[in-house]
Amino acid sequence: MNSNLLRDLKKLLSPRGVLHEPEDLMLYEYDGSVEIARPDCVVFPRASYDVVEIVRLAGRHRIPIVGRGTGTGLSGGAIARHGGIIVSFARMNRILAIDADNHRATVEPGVVNSDLSAAVEHLGLHFAPDPSSQKACTIGGNVSENSGGPHTLAYGVTTNHVLALEIVLPSGEPLRLGSAAMDAPGYDLVGLFVGSEGTFALVTEITVKLTRLPEAVKTLLAVFDSVDDATETVSEITARGITPAACEMLDGWTIRAVEDYVHAGFPLDCAAILLIEVDGLRESVEVEAKEIVNVCAVHRAREVRVARDARERDLFWKGRKNAFGAAGRLSPSYYTQDGVIPRTKLPETLRRIGEIGKKYGLQIGNVFHAGDGNLHPIILFDQRDEQQFLDTIRAGDEILEFCIQMGGTITGEHGVGMEKGRLMPLLFTEADLALMRRVRDVFNPADLLNPGKIFPTSKGCGEIYVRPRPATATPFA
Amino acid sequence: MSTSGTIALGRLAEIVGEANVSCDPAHLDAYSIDRSTPWAVVRPSSADEICEIVKLAAREKLAVIPTGARTKLGIGMPPRRYDLALDMTRMDGVVAYDPGDLTLSVEAGIPLHRIATELAQYRQFLPLAVPFASHATAGGTIASGVDSPLRQAYGTARDFVLGMEFVTGDGVSAKSGGRVVKNVSGYDIHKMMIGALGTLGVITKINFRTFPVPRMTRTYAAVFSGARAACKFRHAIAGSVLRPQSLELVAAGAGIERLGERAGLSFEADRSTVIVSVAGNEEVLERNRRELEALAQSAGGRSLEWFQELSGDEREKASAYVRDFPDVVLKHAPSAVIFKISQLPATFEGFAEDCKSLAIPWAVMMRGLGPTYLALLLQDVKKDSMERLQSESARVLLSGKTLRTFSLLFAPTEVKSDPQYLDGSRNNLSLMRNLKKAFDPSGVLSPGRMEYEI
Repeated sequence: MNSNLLRDLKKLLSPRGVLHEPEDLMLYEYDGSVEIARPDCVVFPRASYDVVEIVRLAGRHRIPIVGRGTGTGLSGGAIARHGGIIVSFARMNRILAIDADNHRATVEPGVVNSDLSAAVEHLGLHFAPDPSSQKACTIGGNVSENSGGPHTLAYGVTTNHVLALEIVLPSGEPLRLGSAAMDAPGYDLVGLFVGSEGTFALVTEITVKLTRLPEAVKTLLAVFDSVDDATETVSEITARGITPAACEMLDGWTIRAVEDYVHAGFPLDCAAILLIEVDGLRESVEVEAKEIVNVCAVHRAREVRVARDARERDLFWKGRKNAFGAAGRLSPSYYTQDGVIPRTKLPETLRRIGEIGKKYGLQIGNVFHAGDGNLHPIILFDQRDEQQFLDTIRAGDEILEFCIQMGGTITGEHGVGMEKGRLMPLLFTEADLALMRRVRDVFNPADLLNPGKIFPTSKGCGEIYVRPRPATATPFA
Repeated sequence: MSTSGTIALGRLAEIVGEANVSCDPAHLDAYSIDRSTPWAVVRPSSADEICEIVKLAAREKLAVIPTGARTKLGIGMPPRRYDLALDMTRMDGVVAYDPGDLTLSVEAGIPLHRIATELAQYRQFLPLAVPFASHATAGGTIASGVDSPLRQAYGTARDFVLGMEFVTGDGVSAKSGGRVVKNVSGYDIHKMMIGALGTLGVITKINFRTFPVPRMTRTYAAVFSGARAACKFRHAIAGSVLRPQSLELVAAGAGIERLGERAGLSFEADRSTVIVSVAGNEEVLERNRRELEALAQSAGGRSLEWFQELSGDEREKASAYVRDFPDVVLKHAPSAVIFKISQLPATFEGFAEDCKSLAIPWAVMMRGLGPTYLALLLQDVKKDSMERLQSESARVLLSGKTLRTFSLLFAPTEVKSDPQYLDGSRNNLSLMRNLKKAFDPSGVLSPGRMEYEI
């Protein structure tokens, strides 16, 4: 890396605000996905004006910039694919304002998702988007990826909760998009921005809506001897006009993997469990929970447990949220997909995933947001076996291609990032992608911000997958 | 008509068929926007035809404005140019409806009432209780960005439009989003199309998330003497565990009692009414009634005049008022000026206070979440009235005490032409202009409707 640039960055941020030794950079070459690329340096701004200066310096040297929170992302969004500067928001982690009257909070991008909810809990409020990584992931990352989570079924994803952003364009120009008040005049630039995966600008401040905590919550665990019974239960709950706060499914293999790890009390011999949560006023929660128990019974649930207290509720959820960690214990590596299908297509899609696993001789577990058809197949593999690694990638692609055939999409909440860009042409026409590129160019004309993401590159699979990364288990998805 | 106009006309007839192009002045008046009348109206039947039309328009520099049922053409700035009206009403089909997946895909020209009928078969609905819903189209509703009282519970279109297809200014059909409820593939361009007034693309297809119809609903009204108590009631509801379907605060100044009749409400000066609707089972409804009444009493004290459930005609009128506010006002006073104000709920009290001093008859509707409508009822657009409007509206909108941004929703053309009403606080004009160029390089799509250059 250019020594002048390094000197200028150190001058700006103090030497402690810049990492450039290989052993330091190694920590920043990966995220929660299977991708790897090493940045040239990592910088730690403390405020927006630092970000402005960093961006200007990078622009002068025509060096790529990649924003990064805590690196829990699952699509390579925070990886410096073409090297350059990683801008870590670890030091910009202050909650700047909490406006209890208007249910708003303004935060720096490095604030951890669940820290915001914890900070407003005494006001009876929370920040609704709840990715499984919420104890580690940052709100800046949530904004970039438009993150979801189990409770997005009723509460919506990140974009439904973001009202205003302060951004720094690659030119160094800071801008404010949207406003804390709803319906700011002009184009919905915030709506366009959220989910742009760091390719438009760096975010330096975020104003979000806070949501009232529900008065009552009931969490049900329904156990099934067949996957089809479980998926039919999901359809019937919808047909009866009930929108649960969350509706998650784990298949038999995943249940056993999880139980061995978390000891949530999941039965080891069943085919599927549904974790269903309803919330709201006491009176509605009681009635809805009863009706869901009935629907489960009609569809041959072996048993339905209702969490008796917060402790049991947390245990059920621990089982769900640690599914990926459990997979990591059983396999040197795993690859998680994020396809979405219309929820009525769940049975045939799960069958197809099973067939694809058989075809390649790969173990695939399924844990997913059943209520909104967002699948997370976990493909286990051993990165030392190159053939198996390539088979894993092919199996993942086949699953996503099937999701598209079913009228679905390739990513519901993880982002396109590095790995799925090559599948974008299956979903979008050349004209669609050309327009998206033009929109990106309005913000980021020299493609200096997070280059090599979202859009297909001309490179083949082998080149994209430089090498599988060492065995790690990412406990999140 | 110029020679090039005649040539263009022939080409348009080739694209859509002669029966679907009209230059008949008697016909064209209905498409006028702020006294601009197009020289032709074209009725396409497919996105392909629209691509051809827009390509022609880009080549010949003809300004194209898409129209639906033409109920909201008054929204937006006067067009800078206006050659062709693109009447979308032939594209009125349901493309796909999957009740089990709670998703719906429609062509843009479909009337909302037809969507409602279709969804009702499965006890589902779109939470678009928007003005002019009896005949408005889906496309016009989305492009104009009008909101609905149901946003309190369901959000606005940006929260349940899953994807869109549209034709950009180069005559190319493109899409973003998809048909599933969760999707982060590619940029959410469709969100920016909402409320863009057709300046970025001609919307041809819209994919919605649908919702189950609540089993039972009730509507309550609480009338307070003075706005302060009404605001306090709103804040108390927002701070409670109740989750209303809609929550509006309405008030009006002296001199417009007849507007109140249309709303089934008394508009005596200094009265403020809170209209709140709730949904759920018997027990939930009963609890809502009990707690709403208690909150109204504690918020209002002696200023609470009454709290009661509305039923029958009363309920119908009150619901219509909070849904159709602009329509009700315009029927009452066609030259009314209606502002949409973006403010936070905590500034409601101050706003209501500012309104009280207005010397022009006024009516206000504040949505529980903040967005506010202010109607100033001009009797005419003569010089005196205009000057009075200027000074009066400035007092409320530019008071400087609190941050309020606003846009003109409906207004006589004379008012729109007054630069004072171009929202001085609108940010990011250069970013918006550059985005406009990325979508519409020749500037042929609804030019000037967002602001002079967009």
